[in-house]
Amino acid sequence: MINKTTPEFSLEALKSGEPNEFARFVDTFSGPIYRMALKMLGDGQDAEDVLQNTFLNAFKHIHSFEERSSLSTWLYRIAANEALMLIRKRHPETTLTDTNLEDAEGEDYSPLQFVDWCCLPEDELLSVEARRHLDRAIQRLPEKLRIVFILRDLEGLSIEETGQALDLSQTAVKTRLLRARLNLREQLSSYYGELTHDRRDKK
Amino acid sequence: MTQTAHCKSLLESLSDYVDGTLNEDLCVELQRHISACQNCSIVVDTLRKTIYLYHATTAEPANVPLDVRERLFHSLKLEAYLQH
Repeated sequence: MINKTTPEFSLEALKSGEPNEFARFVDTFSGPIYRMALKMLGDGQDAEDVLQNTFLNAFKHIHSFEERSSLSTWLYRIAANEALMLIRKRHPETTLTDTNLEDAEGEDYSPLQFVDWCCLPEDELLSVEARRHLDRAIQRLPEKLRIVFILRDLEGLSIEETGQALDLSQTAVKTRLLRARLNLREQLSSYYGELTHDRRDKK
Repeated sequence: MTQTAHCKSLLESLSDYVDGTLNEDLCVELQRHISACQNCSIVVDTLRKTIYLYHATTAEPANVPLDVRERLFHSLKLEAYLQH
């Protein structure tokens, strides 16, 4: 998450290509952009490619930045495009996603699992294995839901900023976010539900 | 309305509810329903926990590994500024 204490940048210096200011810009935003790419792609090399292309593009296009969004939202927008392009390149067989998504949106996404796993202790909910499972669950989301969830719930962009970054209306962001969250809840319920049963059996 | 149909009709409001941005009327309706419907109550609790867990995994500052940072600065021709 890019926090509230993000330093201010001189847009003038960035636009005139001043390397010192640009290096500071890269160091401020490369962490969140790299993490976003890693969560989106699930692969270190792919995430690094997205990271480099994002800043190369930012460098190239900063002169046309019009401040219609914040600098960080603008950067997330470039990174999201890079990540989605890379997914399409790597997995052309799964790029029927526009139709897939419409199908998915028409689909019944009613909850199916009603195990209450909330009472599991925090060290089990966030164990190394559980964290791996949390990451895997994100990877299983259709990518257009995945990117919305990552920007909104992991990187902490607002609904409005997520819409700006992805060229989506706020209604579309909310719809996709709800589907992503419910999908993840189902996946986590399978995993944590089993842990809950195991604990009960032991008692 | 049957219980299940009511559950489904409230599903659309769940994100706004857990984010605390649902309008007051719907919020009251949802809370009333949840207090009488065990399944929905579990769905709301586990949905909230799901979001909480993902927040917890990104609470630590995001760092770029040193070698990744180095290659990034090289690709941007900013090698001279690596020491910062």
